[in-house]
Amino acid sequence: MAETDPARRAAGILPPGAPAPDFTLKTAPDQTLRLSTRRSHPVILAFYPADWSPVCGDQMALYNEVLPEFQEHGAELFGISVDGAWCHAAFARDRKLRFPLLSDFEPKGAVSRQYGAYREEDGTSERALFVIDAGGIIHWSYCSPIDVNPGADGILSALESLDRQPTSAEVRP
Amino acid sequence: MSPLTPPVSDADHVAGPDSAPLTLVEYGDYECPYCGRAYVILQSVRRALDSQLRFVFRNLPLAEIHPHARKAAQAAEAAGAQGKFWEMHDALFENQNALEEADLLRYARMLELDTERIARELKDQTFAKRVRDDFRSGIRSGANNTPTFFMNGERYDGSWEDADAFTRVLRETAGRPVLS
Repeated sequence: MAETDPARRAAGILPPGAPAPDFTLKTAPDQTLRLSTRRSHPVILAFYPADWSPVCGDQMALYNEVLPEFQEHGAELFGISVDGAWCHAAFARDRKLRFPLLSDFEPKGAVSRQYGAYREEDGTSERALFVIDAGGIIHWSYCSPIDVNPGADGILSALESLDRQPTSAEVRP
Repeated sequence: MSPLTPPVSDADHVAGPDSAPLTLVEYGDYECPYCGRAYVILQSVRRALDSQLRFVFRNLPLAEIHPHARKAAQAAEAAGAQGKFWEMHDALFENQNALEEADLLRYARMLELDTERIARELKDQTFAKRVRDDFRSGIRSGANNTPTFFMNGERYDGSWEDADAFTRVLRETAGRPVLS
């Protein structure tokens, strides 16, 4: 069932404390990434509606600039949308992106759905951010109105608060 | 929403009186076409508001898509160190399509600055940290685009592309109590 109320839909993304669902997605036409292989450091997942649309371009372009700041916290960034791997490759080349874009393409939007970040009415991902700790637990999540670039300050605050606490991998028995 | 961090201080490039009821901070990029458009709009906005407005410019160079932006920002800072920040700021926005290093030094000569010193400071990256600090402060303050404006410390997400309408918004903000 499509969730039509924007506030409830925004609240529908996976909250802090939830385990980040594992997935394997293409990062390039001939390459895949499995999330659970990235467990020694924080991971940022930035779901966005589509390559090439102006606001998304700005958001990914902004993150490209902030990448050194993310890396100072040891974090790795992935963009995710339902676009195919060839589309991502062309978009990343055009915008000179220095971080991977994942294709949630087949079955379409399956990973976005697992994170509660799929827009049934548009057939795209939400503009949703997740910071996942080294133990694979969601530390922070945020769903932005679809037409608003959420910026990077929320991600940086989340990474700073992660630096100050032990990872879920360490506190779990 | 994140407040402007750090608040406006003596370290900033400020045009207009400290007593002005309104402080407008722009995070901008000298190679960004939208910032170029905003520069023109701001000329008439600043004239209209006159002493009611204190205008501050901070650097947010999106260097991956604008390869000349960072060095241009450093050139403006270098001119600032010789007391002509705003003159260089204007020259850069009026010549956005010519921001190679030779162009930057040409503007410095036209402004009768110590050009050799600026050439040296660009080579030594003397103002790289200053530009990077501005960039970081913009990101931490929630800047999500160029230009991003802050009015009396709060991010402004509305339109600025019509000078009269933008002036009206600024006047209304000036009439409200200042938070900081």
